[in-house]
Amino acid sequence: MSTADAVAGVLWVGVTFYTVFGGADFGGGFWSLAAGRGERAHRVRELIDWAIGPVWEANHVWLIFVLVVLWTGFSEAFASIFSTLFIPLSLAALGIVLRGSGFAFQRTARTQTARNAAERLFGLSSLLTPFFMGTVVGAIASGRVPVGNAKGDAVTSWLNGVSILIGLLFVATCAYIAAVFLVSDARRARAADLERYFRDRALGAALVAGALAVAGILVLKGDAEYVYDRLTHEGLPLVIVSGLCGLGALVLLARGAPRGARPLAVGAVVAVVWGWGVAQFPYLLPETLRIDQAAAPDATLTGVLIVFGAAVVLVIPAIVLLFSLAQRSMIEETGAPEPR
Amino acid sequence: MLDVAIPIASELEAARSQMAFTLGFHIILASLGVGFPLVMLIANYRGLRHNDPVALLLARRWSKVVAITFAVGAVTGTVLSFEFGLLWPEFTGQFGDVFGVLFAIEGIFFFLEAIFVAIYIFGWERLSPWKHFWSGVPIAICGIGGAFSVVAVNSWMNQPQGFTLKGGEVTDVEPLKVIFNPAVPYEVPHMILAAYLVTGFLVASVYAVGMLRGRRDRYHRLGLLIPLTLAVIVTPIQFAVGDTAARSIANDQPIKFAAMECVQETSTDVTEYIYGRCTSDGVKGGIGIPGFDSFLVGWSTSTEVTGLDTVPPDDRPPANTMLHWAFDTMVGICSVLILLGLWLGISWWRKREIPGSRWFLRAVAISGIASVVALECGWIVTEVGRQPWVVYEIMRTEDAVTGASGIWVTFAIVFALYTLLGAATVITLRTLARRWREADGDDEADVPYGPSGEAPPALGGAS
Repeated sequence: MSTADAVAGVLWVGVTFYTVFGGADFGGGFWSLAAGRGERAHRVRELIDWAIGPVWEANHVWLIFVLVVLWTGFSEAFASIFSTLFIPLSLAALGIVLRGSGFAFQRTARTQTARNAAERLFGLSSLLTPFFMGTVVGAIASGRVPVGNAKGDAVTSWLNGVSILIGLLFVATCAYIAAVFLVSDARRARAADLERYFRDRALGAALVAGALAVAGILVLKGDAEYVYDRLTHEGLPLVIVSGLCGLGALVLLARGAPRGARPLAVGAVVAVVWGWGVAQFPYLLPETLRIDQAAAPDATLTGVLIVFGAAVVLVIPAIVLLFSLAQRSMIEETGAPEPR
Repeated sequence: MLDVAIPIASELEAARSQMAFTLGFHIILASLGVGFPLVMLIANYRGLRHNDPVALLLARRWSKVVAITFAVGAVTGTVLSFEFGLLWPEFTGQFGDVFGVLFAIEGIFFFLEAIFVAIYIFGWERLSPWKHFWSGVPIAICGIGGAFSVVAVNSWMNQPQGFTLKGGEVTDVEPLKVIFNPAVPYEVPHMILAAYLVTGFLVASVYAVGMLRGRRDRYHRLGLLIPLTLAVIVTPIQFAVGDTAARSIANDQPIKFAAMECVQETSTDVTEYIYGRCTSDGVKGGIGIPGFDSFLVGWSTSTEVTGLDTVPPDDRPPANTMLHWAFDTMVGICSVLILLGLWLGISWWRKREIPGSRWFLRAVAISGIASVVALECGWIVTEVGRQPWVVYEIMRTEDAVTGASGIWVTFAIVFALYTLLGAATVITLRTLARRWREADGDDEADVPYGPSGEAPPALGGAS
């Protein structure tokens, strides 16, 4: 494996973390929006707010990580993607601004109007960002991003069947992961009604996401042959793993099993992300720009790997410290309300 | 031809406007992100060391302001990282592999800063007092590290080195030469000190306003003194560093310096003009001090100063008068702030008390805004002064811009959103302040990064 491949691997690690954690965060916004009004909706939002807690930033730092590794390691790919896909990426960024603003002000806002506004921003962003990120992925995977400054079509590159389907798949996947996480959170909060609430929604989202994934693969067949071929050959084991994990999670959720659904759901998503990576390999932009063609000079690639190593050594202990403090305080503060 | 040329030019203008606006917005929050944690920790240290509950209360409240401004700064910072691709794909596409590692390093500092902000806010109730203090120290250190990384990129854009270009492709990179480029020794300290200066005067100004409204308790005096002391210590140092920076620029980027000072023709004994309008025939109006510009550059009136006439008009920075005014305003504000520091210093030396005059409080109240103006002026000098280059003498800004269209639309949206964001930030901080005054609860869960509130209570099976 070359240094460039290693940096591409690091990039994919970032994509994976962002999909899972950022996805869970946006999914929370989706359910916050979908909860509607009334007493139960209020409880649903309370749970979401409680569960996302102070770790929001950690979820979204992965995006910055992906952008920086992409422009440092493979600047040509970065430039091509961002110039051709100017519109969907601007809209995704808009969602991130809304989400970040909601996060910054939601808790300080005491008036109900302000809180509602912050929550609506959160909900809106959870539709905008995953959907348009999905259209970006669709555009890349289907080879609609040529090399160069805005060389692709500004509109049809991302407004096409594959892109829209993958956009919807992203929204559904975020909702799915979030619902599965929230089932566990509801159990930890001993809110049996919310546990059932999110179990039903997790099952629904799983079916929708699964159907969209299958439809996506079928559309790829006609539109993105390279990726389809590799997905159904080299990537097949990962597709199967994803399917099995997804089914396993479904069964456990339906049975109300206390453990296991969460790792299986994450596994299903991670397998799809890596399946996409394998399907594109060795291309960053299928059939026009290979990893080794776009790769930065060796000193830069080594620099990226060193910084990544330093990040692992420095950031992980700090995160563990934060999470352990958070967990401890949850145990101390929330006590254990009487289960009824 | 014309109808093709006009849209391209206007997209460039839109991209430049959007970048200038978003950076100019972010730089205030970034400065608070670097400076405020230090102010907060000084109060925290004082509170613990001298068993001072008022200082501790200030530290605790300031930590919430840190959390809010940090969260907003994270948003505006993320937008900037998108803009590297959305607005300047040619720049990032060609040189991302040269300067990118610095942003990767910055990413670590940012991540750690976010984590320790959360730990610090958590820690008020859950860590022993000194352990808690130490959990805040990494925030201040990461602020410095992050500022170094980002400003080093800007320094590199002014003094690019450490790479080999072959046929428009970067073929070799020497990361250490990129990171420690010749502009780093003056640009990085200048920005970090600016962050402390702005934070110090801005925070102090809030308490000065409070005191002017009659709230002259110890809480307000300490809230004024802690940040103001930091600021008045930093200001003269900043003046000296800025002076060194200007002299280095005269040497490293003579055209930028010539534009800052409106020097049209290369000569010795150059007049230093304070304000005035820059024209190709020299400065109109303004106050001229004969020979002083030469003296400032080389300690002698016989020093030769390079003029704008040494390069073709296309290679000169635009908006010369604005650039010159920005430079003079920055220097002028810094000078006045030094006088403000002297006022405080003399009063403290003589009677261990802040000056009793209301004019002093008024001056401090204005100093916050003034220091922000100086910050923005400095940023204009750096950025506009580098034009027409994005990478000095290597890549022109017009060659860096995206080929996508519709940037006026995104700029309009960004402008509207940021206006709301700024308003929401100010309203939120004012709401917090009012809540504190009314002592209406001091719930740690009411800021971002704070611990989650209560989980929703368990309910019966029916609902």
